[in-house]
Amino acid sequence: MPVTRGFFGRRDRRERSHRLPPGQYDAGADWPVLTAEATPVIRPEDHTMTVDGLVERPTTWSWPELQALPGSSYAGDIHCVTTWSKLGTRFAGVSVDTLLEAAGPRPEAAYVMAHSTTGYTTNLPLADVTGGRAWVVWEHEGRPLPVEHGGPARLLVPHLYFWKSAKWVTRLELMARDRPGFWEQNGYHDRGDPWLEQRYQGDP
Amino acid sequence: MTTAPAGPWTTGRIAEVERPTDRLVRLRLEVADRVDHLPGQHYVVRLRAPDGYTAQRSYSVASDPVDPLLELMVECLPDGEVSSFLHDEARVGDVLELRGPIGGWFTWTGEVPAIGIAGGSGVVPLVAMLRYADRLGLADRLRVVAVGRTYADLPYAAELERRGAFLALTRENHHDRVAHPPYPDELAPLVDGVERAYVCGSVGFASFATRLLGEVGVLARTIRVEQFGATG
Repeated sequence: MPVTRGFFGRRDRRERSHRLPPGQYDAGADWPVLTAEATPVIRPEDHTMTVDGLVERPTTWSWPELQALPGSSYAGDIHCVTTWSKLGTRFAGVSVDTLLEAAGPRPEAAYVMAHSTTGYTTNLPLADVTGGRAWVVWEHEGRPLPVEHGGPARLLVPHLYFWKSAKWVTRLELMARDRPGFWEQNGYHDRGDPWLEQRYQGDP
Repeated sequence: MTTAPAGPWTTGRIAEVERPTDRLVRLRLEVADRVDHLPGQHYVVRLRAPDGYTAQRSYSVASDPVDPLLELMVECLPDGEVSSFLHDEARVGDVLELRGPIGGWFTWTGEVPAIGIAGGSGVVPLVAMLRYADRLGLADRLRVVAVGRTYADLPYAAELERRGAFLALTRENHHDRVAHPPYPDELAPLVDGVERAYVCGSVGFASFATRLLGEVGVLARTIRVEQFGATG
């Protein structure tokens, strides 16, 4: 592809580039908000979390029950398909492993559909939300997660593009076969690995 | 709605460039192997340095799908790596890497009566929708509210007004309207009978506009939002 006449990139890009997947920029202290729907109003005390589908024990946790589970946190980088990345940020909540352990995935479960209160969905391979790589979080930098960023609770799958980290998540549905979620039906990639630049359907 | 996969990367040659204000640049491009877009879709522009470093951003399309050139109106953001380059450097004859059209959600092709509310450069996808609606005689199915600080700041202000959009300026009086964001009673008559609402603008604007739509009775599930920019 052609070099862009006159373009040399930022002067400071080299120092931080090793943490940035291809095509991403460092948003610094900013945390852009990207949502396709009107932001819902949810009282935390009304928020529940369900794991169902192909599991032995479909389980729903109330808000206090969710908070009472063993806590787990993530400190690291997040990457949005719209090309911003946020480096060294912290979330706290519960590991998806903890939720799955209670519900007992059946052997044929291979994919997950995350559902939000708004009707938003996103699909993931089960392997991408197990092994300590995914969380349901309600705290960011020690404070309650703001509603525009998915509060009271959102999914966090930091090794994939952030549209996979469904805001206002209420349900993880385990499935035997993959099925496209909201953005995936609208042209985005089924997996979304930022290091492979899996942005849109048809990418590697 | 399902859309086809985004096409592979292609290139666009800048055929026209105009800088209507010190923060806006309007590019009109001849796109190689172009795929028809829907009003409301966007393209990704990728810049490439001699050492292979790339930077890319998404920009909404302003042109009607039948326009032989692809029109992008880019707002120069503070410290914006791609927008600053396009504003300061781009000139006729330059070739840019492009990918698109992208997005199957924030699109309108006249299938339902709709309202669009946009702030600042958020008007760009609505301009594409209005141009399309006018050409196909669907203008009565799309109402547009465009919000800007001043007339000079608002991209496409004259065209929006000519096509029947309601202009709400917040920092200067316009005709007999005193400077102010849109009021619920200004919006109420425009949402009568609409089945879908499009909101496009900054994060703060999008939250204002969705709240305002709620106040005049528009159901949240009919609202489609496209937001840009950062929160602090």
